[in-house]
Amino acid sequence: MNSLLSSIAVRHLLARKRQSVVSLLGIVLGVAFFLAISSLMQGSEDDFIRRLIDNSPHITIVDQFRNPHPQPAEQVFTRGAVQVLRVKPETETRGIRGYKQVLEYLRTISGVTASPVLDGQALISFAGKDVGISLNGMIPADIDRVSTIGNYMVAGKIMDLAANRDGIIIGDQLAKDLSLQMGENLTVSATTGQTHTFKIVGMFHTGRANIDDGQAFVELKRVQALLDRSNRVNSIIIKLFDPNRARDLAQQIESHVGYKSISWQEASEDIMSLLLIRKILMYTVVSAVLVVAAFGIYNVISTVVMEKQRDIAILKSMGFHARDIMRIFLTQGAMLGAAGCAAGIPLGCALMVGIMNVSFKMPGSKDLTYMPVSWNWIQFTMAASFAMAAAVLAAYVPSRKAAQVHPVDILRGAA
Amino acid sequence: MEVVLKASAVTRVLEGEIPVTLVRDVNLEVRSGEFVAITGPSGSGKSSLLYLLGLLDRPTAGAVSINGTDTSEFGEDELADARLSQMGFVFQSHFLLPEFSATENVMLPMQRLGRISQKEIEAHAATLLDDLGLAGQAHKLPSQMSGGQSQRVAIARALANDPVLILADEPTGNLDTAASANVQTILRDLARKHDRSVVVVTHDRDFAKSADRVIVVVDGKIEAG
Repeated sequence: MNSLLSSIAVRHLLARKRQSVVSLLGIVLGVAFFLAISSLMQGSEDDFIRRLIDNSPHITIVDQFRNPHPQPAEQVFTRGAVQVLRVKPETETRGIRGYKQVLEYLRTISGVTASPVLDGQALISFAGKDVGISLNGMIPADIDRVSTIGNYMVAGKIMDLAANRDGIIIGDQLAKDLSLQMGENLTVSATTGQTHTFKIVGMFHTGRANIDDGQAFVELKRVQALLDRSNRVNSIIIKLFDPNRARDLAQQIESHVGYKSISWQEASEDIMSLLLIRKILMYTVVSAVLVVAAFGIYNVISTVVMEKQRDIAILKSMGFHARDIMRIFLTQGAMLGAAGCAAGIPLGCALMVGIMNVSFKMPGSKDLTYMPVSWNWIQFTMAASFAMAAAVLAAYVPSRKAAQVHPVDILRGAA
Repeated sequence: MEVVLKASAVTRVLEGEIPVTLVRDVNLEVRSGEFVAITGPSGSGKSSLLYLLGLLDRPTAGAVSINGTDTSEFGEDELADARLSQMGFVFQSHFLLPEFSATENVMLPMQRLGRISQKEIEAHAATLLDDLGLAGQAHKLPSQMSGGQSQRVAIARALANDPVLILADEPTGNLDTAASANVQTILRDLARKHDRSVVVVTHDRDFAKSADRVIVVVDGKIEAG
């Protein structure tokens, strides 16, 4: 039965080869462009997220609480008319208390690498020039495992800070601004009034101006002493083996340690929502290509239905049901959609390979950059699903019209 | 002989601003193996009556029974099933599907019914075409055959599911004399030699005279027969 209806559908399409091929081409090009554009957009999004994940902590524990602590009076009299006004938090040394215990806890979670950081504002003085910087204190062996800063070293290496406790690593732009060289000494003054002289043991270049001329790295203990915050850090940077676990794990860590734990997804929520909007726009545009192609199918099947009124009438008089007639024409739509996918996917792959081979140099970069293309199966499934849905929907209206043909009206007129 | 087809007080009114009565209070019985000719002037309602008898149209009043089963409560699918398994139609034009060969056209009703295997369907189609002298035309498309040959393929298609009733609407209207005589002989033989009931609408007086019974329709009513 199905093969009978399919064979009638095929014969109808083959009888109108040129029109069928033109409408098929619409679907083929629609699927190919859908694939090429969506894979490029998805590829660029994946690339962006990968860079975001690589270059920023997956989870950051900061020395803040998500909600202010409830006052003891409010806790005791939960149902009473108690209002505590003008609460002034206790003055204390800022930072994560017991960060070593927190690190111990983090080590018990598999796939987690953590490094404590204490940063604060400081002033670098050299040759009569004073420059404000952000001074980052860290444990060299740990930071190398959670940060990509080691990849940007242009002189020396992070572990040189372990060898020389009075060493400092600065950005190459800062060195240029202050005419500093490797091995030279400079004086750092903290906001506490304390000063310390460091020796330049390394330089980095990230390409981002605010980092290259405004950041410096030293050993954690030195910063704790300079900022007068012994046994304190103000953040713990965490890298995960699986970055997609960040949101769940951040919640788990926060509920355990109490301090605010921010996942990379939370930190980049504005960017992620922007990417989502971009994705919706992109799929709307590429789907529009297929909708236009679907009009070609609608046109062909409508024409076939118009021309085949007599055949429809005779099939119905013979005993074919209305739904059989509908299935014949829906099958035509599905066939054009399937053939469009079968030819459109290889063409789309060819376009994707072509796009992947387009290379260019980013400003300030020596290396060639290639267009990022995503080969995710979801792109292919979506292209095929959109094409099939568009083709079948385009066939639906004329199919319904065909099913409603009353044989007597046609036979009377044709006699 | 048992009654194969029965029309009881069948009336068909075409609704509109001015209602038109196509068929008026027709009572008719066709028995097994009977060859009935319906004749009358143009526009008298012959074809409309045939469409009602063939369950292609629903009567406004009255009922049509096939093999003793009243079809007035049938839904569209049940009517289609009754047409498929119990009736065969031949029209003035052959109405063969142009993209299908003679054999494929004959096979269509059998494939839709799905009562026998594909091999049996092919064999039965070949036998029918052979019986109607079309063995050499089996693989030809309708466009490659003459009008008479195409009409005989249409008759073979009407006989495909071994129906109890053949309904023909001016089956010789588009044929030359020789082809017309050939088709008339086939339809008469179907009734007389193969015990099928045949109802033919025709203008041809000689053809009508050769029937077992002639029904004359005037203004939608049976005047004689």
